[in-house]
Amino acid sequence: MAMADTARQAGTAQADPPAAHGGDGAEHLTQADRVRLLRAMLQMRGVEERAMSLYRQGKVPGSFYDGYGQEAVSAGAAYAMAAEDRLCILHRDLAAHLIRGVSPTRIFSQYMGRAAGVTGGRDGNVHFGDKDLGCVGMVSMLPDMMLVATGMAMAFKLRGEARCALTWFGDGSTSRGDFHEAMNWAGVQKLPVIFVLENNQYAYSTPLDKQFAVDPVQRATAYGFDGVSVDGNDAEAMFEATRAARERAIAGEGPTLIEAVTMRMHGHAAHDDMKYVPAEQVQEWKRKDPIERQERRLTELGVDVEAVRAEVAAELDAAVSEALAGPMPSPDHVLDGLFCEGEPELLGDGEAPWSGFATEGDR
Amino acid sequence: MATMTYLQAISSALRDEMRADERVMIMGEDIGVFGGAFKVTDGMIDEFGPERVMDTPLAESAIIGCAVGAAVVGLRPVCEMQFSDFISCGFDQLVNVAGKTHYRLGLAVPITVRLPSGGGFSGGPFHSQNPEAWFMHAPGIKVVAPSTAEDAKGLLHAAIHDPNPVCFMEHKHLYRRVKGEVREGVYETPFTARVARAGSDLVVIAYGAMVDVALKATEDLEGASVEVLDLRSLVPLDEDAILDSVARCSKVVILDEANMTCAAGAQVSALIAEKAFEDLDGPVVRVASPDVPIPFSPPLEQAVLPNVDRVREACRELLDY
Repeated sequence: MAMADTARQAGTAQADPPAAHGGDGAEHLTQADRVRLLRAMLQMRGVEERAMSLYRQGKVPGSFYDGYGQEAVSAGAAYAMAAEDRLCILHRDLAAHLIRGVSPTRIFSQYMGRAAGVTGGRDGNVHFGDKDLGCVGMVSMLPDMMLVATGMAMAFKLRGEARCALTWFGDGSTSRGDFHEAMNWAGVQKLPVIFVLENNQYAYSTPLDKQFAVDPVQRATAYGFDGVSVDGNDAEAMFEATRAARERAIAGEGPTLIEAVTMRMHGHAAHDDMKYVPAEQVQEWKRKDPIERQERRLTELGVDVEAVRAEVAAELDAAVSEALAGPMPSPDHVLDGLFCEGEPELLGDGEAPWSGFATEGDR
Repeated sequence: MATMTYLQAISSALRDEMRADERVMIMGEDIGVFGGAFKVTDGMIDEFGPERVMDTPLAESAIIGCAVGAAVVGLRPVCEMQFSDFISCGFDQLVNVAGKTHYRLGLAVPITVRLPSGGGFSGGPFHSQNPEAWFMHAPGIKVVAPSTAEDAKGLLHAAIHDPNPVCFMEHKHLYRRVKGEVREGVYETPFTARVARAGSDLVVIAYGAMVDVALKATEDLEGASVEVLDLRSLVPLDEDAILDSVARCSKVVILDEANMTCAAGAQVSALIAEKAFEDLDGPVVRVASPDVPIPFSPPLEQAVLPNVDRVREACRELLDY
């Protein structure tokens, strides 16, 4: 499919969405789109399972964080974003990187601190973003990237471009000042930014009732824009909410807060046995697994999901081998690149596989 | 050439940049309609409009964070902290996001943060600080501190052109007190030190408002030939110029308005101890504010900030060593 090289000017229409297919809010998705969403979630889970195994083998330094059970949040939201949109992706949102076009080999290399990793070993685990694919890598101070996304949206508005920025953050992030500052700024200036609140029930060990006194989605209203609560374990519902938010954003109607209700099914990081989570809570959410849900949908449509699984597994096994064969970074260059010299390279455009972005000729 | 105050020179640089480059925008609290707490951006909203001369919400973290976002998609934001003290509220965005992004991700963050700093006018503990050393300790941030009108303009042009985060320390006490000949149009002052007065018996190393204090304190020191080195840039620090002055003068007084511990002068002192020990004819002497908040009442404030008498006394003692 073609990727837009230049931003559309505000007010111009997008390509018409494909014909409706019905079911579970999927009216803007073709069957190929729905398979692509499954594929992104399978890739995410598969990458993280393999990375956890590499971690246990001592091949991943530091710690390891995953988004098991939350795959729909990043897959669905990222799938609604155009090539020229910009993303700040959080640490349990690997599917967004995969959808934007980061290869599994580079992700495995990143986890293992290898030269071929997205940051070349300069930052670890999920602290990355491929600038060439329109993503700014996160920092550990959550939710700092809400402000960076807000600033990108501010620039888009100032230049009259029909683009939008999206960032993810967690329930714990809603307690910090940067959450408030970003929501307020975006509301005041009516910016084309989408805030995806990934409510996965725990910030490390801290449950929701110790984090906020009101349902966080209500806060959007307090800042002067819309907030919607979405089943975060339904990739198609996440896609649809984000697609609608993006449409409003580029029409000049301002920001949206999307609360994706989900569950962190693993510990905060690899060391965390999650003893503080009641077993029945985990059991309950296990039944809502986002991948199984998408597979059931596609099976009903006659898709061979086993074939998709097999294809993804083969791709990831090959990627692990390739990453393991790659070198570690050379300490000779550890002091290089602190400062930029010369004209800066700007963010590039990412992949945007949704059929709704395809031009007529590409369909 | 035109005669300008230090403040007018800063305004002039901003105006020239806004005219020359549509990517440049100014953002901060009360900088638009009101023209800024010190009137640095007075009238600019009329010429450039409210989107490029942006009155922001009262939120320093957001000012820096949004500037980072705007910068990575192609703008050249110049942020104003109303007082440099308030950068503490935007510290995380500056240090963790702006400063580390190029090293981690290869993504440049060309933002300039203007920081009206320094004391001497009863601003009290929250409107008088010199926070430059905070940023010197954070990798990935450049720090400049002009002492003259000409350098204020030239360093601000260079800061805005620089593809990295630059903290521009503009000393409030100099705004209307310092005047000088300033070149017309856009020019860049390099991020290097400048010999403010050449000498051979002793060198006073200073920056910002302390350069003028150093010059006054040493203009008539019983015939001693005293050099004054104006650092102008703290990151990068002009090691060659410092070592060159030390080699020629052999006696060194380092002057900071900031609190003593871990100030910029402490780094200069360490550099000299490591690389110029053999050139010294006496101990390195430091003059700085003692490690207390800058007090409000004039006699208390004057007791804390370095002044001409303290510097003169320090120089005399070292010359006699």
